[in-house]
Amino acid sequence: MTQFLFRFVVGGIMVSLFALLADLLKPKSFAGLFGAAPSVALATLGLTIFKDGKSYAAVEARSMIVGAFGFFLYACACCYLMMKFRLPAIVATTSMLSVWLIFSIGFWLLFLR
Amino acid sequence: MRVSLDFSAFGRTKWYEYAVRFFFGGAITVITGLLAKRFGPSFGGLFLAFPAIFPASATLLEKHEREKKARAGILHTDRGRQAAALDAAGAAMGSIGLAVFGFTVWKLLPLWPSWAALLCGTAGWLVTSFTLWSIRKNH
Repeated sequence: MTQFLFRFVVGGIMVSLFALLADLLKPKSFAGLFGAAPSVALATLGLTIFKDGKSYAAVEARSMIVGAFGFFLYACACCYLMMKFRLPAIVATTSMLSVWLIFSIGFWLLFLR
Repeated sequence: MRVSLDFSAFGRTKWYEYAVRFFFGGAITVITGLLAKRFGPSFGGLFLAFPAIFPASATLLEKHEREKKARAGILHTDRGRQAAALDAAGAAMGSIGLAVFGFTVWKLLPLWPSWAALLCGTAGWLVTSFTLWSIRKNH
């Protein structure tokens, strides 16, 4: 339980720091880069290296590449829906999480499992 | 266009908006750990690039831009949605940087000290994202 709480706090702090930086940066297209910052990855990999070792963390980092391409498809789909179909951000960004899930888990099932 | 810091954003962001991001950030870090434990690091690793915070960030950005226009007396505007779409375009470029981060850490972690591999990965993310952003801005 303590371990999960520690993970929660470290992850929360790391994500908040990157989000704060994104809030302060202008222009918004540049600040958007921080929407895909490796905040969760830094928190998780740091803790994983400490607990499970470098080889275990390296395998996670390899899979992360697939997740990142899923993120790329997700962000492109969100941008397209908001510009072309004028969908509110909340609708576009939550509904398109399915794109990330289908691509990333589908790729993992086909090639990484 | 030059990159700059706008400290007035501190005043626009409410405490519960920071709390939402903290919660989602903490939650996805715990979930990634649980998934890696249950299904192995190969599956759990996917979620290191899960866009957990992006919906909250884009929605807050849209809301802030709409409120800014409302304060200026403009009630019906697309500015908020356009800002959120720009944010998504930026995140798309950042996600390529995220793939570079993953590749760098994957290759360097077994060979280098952990801190150096993570630092190099972060630098790779920043340089790649900034380069893509600059190319897009100038063309």
